[in-house]
Amino acid sequence: MPHILSIPPLSRRAIKVWHRNMTVFARTWKVNFFPPLVEALLYLFAIGMGIGSYVKEIAGIPYIAFIAPAILAIAVMNSAFFECTYGSFVRMYYQKSFDAMIATPLSIEDVIAGELLWGATRSVIYVLIMLPVLAVFGVISLPLALLAVPLAFLGGLMFAGIAMCFTAITPSIDTLNYPSFLFITPMSLFSGTFFPLTLLPVTLQYIALVLLPLTHLVAIMRMFTLSTVSPVLLLHLAWIIMVTVIVCIAAINMMRKRLIV
Amino acid sequence: MKMIACMSPKTSGTLTVLGMDPDTAPAKIKGRLGVVPQETNLDPDFTCYGNLFTYARYFDIPDSAAAKKADELLEFVQLTEKRDVAVEKLSGGMKRRLILARALVNNPDILILDEPTIGLDPQARHLIWEKLRELQAQGNTIVLTTHYLDEAARLCDRLVIMDNGRILVEGSPADLVRTHAGHEIVEVEKTEEVMSCLQDLQIPYEIAGDMIQVATESSRDIARILLDRCRPEKVITRPATLEDVFLKLTGRKLRE
Repeated sequence: MPHILSIPPLSRRAIKVWHRNMTVFARTWKVNFFPPLVEALLYLFAIGMGIGSYVKEIAGIPYIAFIAPAILAIAVMNSAFFECTYGSFVRMYYQKSFDAMIATPLSIEDVIAGELLWGATRSVIYVLIMLPVLAVFGVISLPLALLAVPLAFLGGLMFAGIAMCFTAITPSIDTLNYPSFLFITPMSLFSGTFFPLTLLPVTLQYIALVLLPLTHLVAIMRMFTLSTVSPVLLLHLAWIIMVTVIVCIAAINMMRKRLIV
Repeated sequence: MKMIACMSPKTSGTLTVLGMDPDTAPAKIKGRLGVVPQETNLDPDFTCYGNLFTYARYFDIPDSAAAKKADELLEFVQLTEKRDVAVEKLSGGMKRRLILARALVNNPDILILDEPTIGLDPQARHLIWEKLRELQAQGNTIVLTTHYLDEAARLCDRLVIMDNGRILVEGSPADLVRTHAGHEIVEVEKTEEVMSCLQDLQIPYEIAGDMIQVATESSRDIARILLDRCRPEKVITRPATLEDVFLKLTGRKLRE
C-alpha cells in the first residue's frame, strides 16, 4: 500500500489540469487582475505610508522598503493557499470536476499535481502584477527584484502543497476557516513581515524559523528587493525546497486516499 | 462499474478490460472508454461546447480535432442551439445528453453508462434511448446499469440481473422473461375466498402486496376458470415483464 510519502506516479498530463484552470482564469481576467493591484496599493498606503511616517526606518532601511518584500511574500502565500483550499475544495466537492477528470486518461495524481502547479501559477501572476506597482513607488531595487517571480513559483508551490494537505482532510468547506485564521493570518503577522523577527522573544524567533514557512520566504524576498543577498539565502532556500517536496508529495497521497475508494 | 472504468482499485479477483489490466495500464484503458456517470459532473465553469472541448483535451486530442468533434457531438445530442450556454442553465435531460456527448469525445470502444436516465421525464428518456440505439446500430459496445427494467428490456441484447453483488441470471430480456416469469400474468385481488379457491384448484400463485399473481402460458384459460369458480371482483391479465423476473429472483423485501 502506498504511504503518505511514497513517490506518486505522475505524467505530463498534469499540465492539462493546469490548462483547464488557466483557461477559466483567463476568461475572467478582468476580475482577477484587480485584487493584487488594489492589495499592493492598500498595503503601501496604509502600512507603508501610514505607519511608515512614524517608524521611518528599520535598521537603516526606509520602512516602506522594509515591508515591500513582505507584501509580495504574503501575496504569494495567500493566492496559492486560498486557491488550493477553497478553490480546489469547490472543484473537488461541489463541482465533482476531479471525478469527471479521472474517468479520462488523467490519474488522480495528475489532477492534484495540476492543481498544485496552478496554485503556484496564481502566486506568480499575483507577483507579476504587484511588481510594477512596487517599482513605480521605488520601493524595490531592480533588476534583482525580478527574481521574486521564480521565487513566487517555488513559494507558491509550497503553500499550495500545505493547502492541499488541509483540503485532503477537511470535512467541509467551513472547517477550512481553521487553517486560514489559526495558521495563515498569524503567520502573515509574525514572520518578520511588518517588523523584524529579532523583536520577538528568542523562543518565538526559533519557532518562527522552524515552523513558519513564510519566515523563509520573506527573508529571501527581502534579500532580492533590497539587493542584500547573503549566503544565508541558501539555508532559507534549502528549508523551502525541502518542505515543498514533502508537502506536495504528502498532498497527492492524502488526496488519493480521500478520493479513491 | 468504477473498477471497470479504472476509477476504483479492484477489491479482489481478476479484472481485464480490453485485454489489459486496470492496475498496470489505467491510462491506456481509460483512453478507450467512454463513461457516463450516475452523477452529473459537468464542468460549471464552461459552456456546453467548452465542456466537450476541454474534456477532449484530457484525451490528448489535438485542439482542431477537438473543436470539430465538439460541434459534431452537440449536433448528435441535439444541443447545437445551446452551444454557448453555461451548463447550469440546462434542464436535467439536456445535462444528461451533454454527458452522453462528453463520453463520446474519444470515440470509445466501450461506452459505460451508470443509470443514464435516472430522474428524467419521459420525453428526455426517450431521446436518450434513441441516441443509445443509434450508437448500438453503428456497432458500438454499450455496458449500462439501470434499475428501470423497461429500459433494460428496451435496450439490452444481453442482460445480467445482479443482487448483492452476485449474478443471479444472464440472457436476453425475452428469454429471461419466458424462463422465469412465463408468458402472461393474471392478477386478482387478495381475498380469503380467492386464495382458498386457488388452493382447491391447485393453481400455484404468488402474493404481491394486495394482489395475487398467477403466472401462466395462457391467461385467458386461467382468467376464465377464476371468473367461473372463484368469483373475484376484478381480474387483470397482462404480459409478463422483466419486472416480474426481477421481483421473483430478488424478492419483494425493500432493500436498503
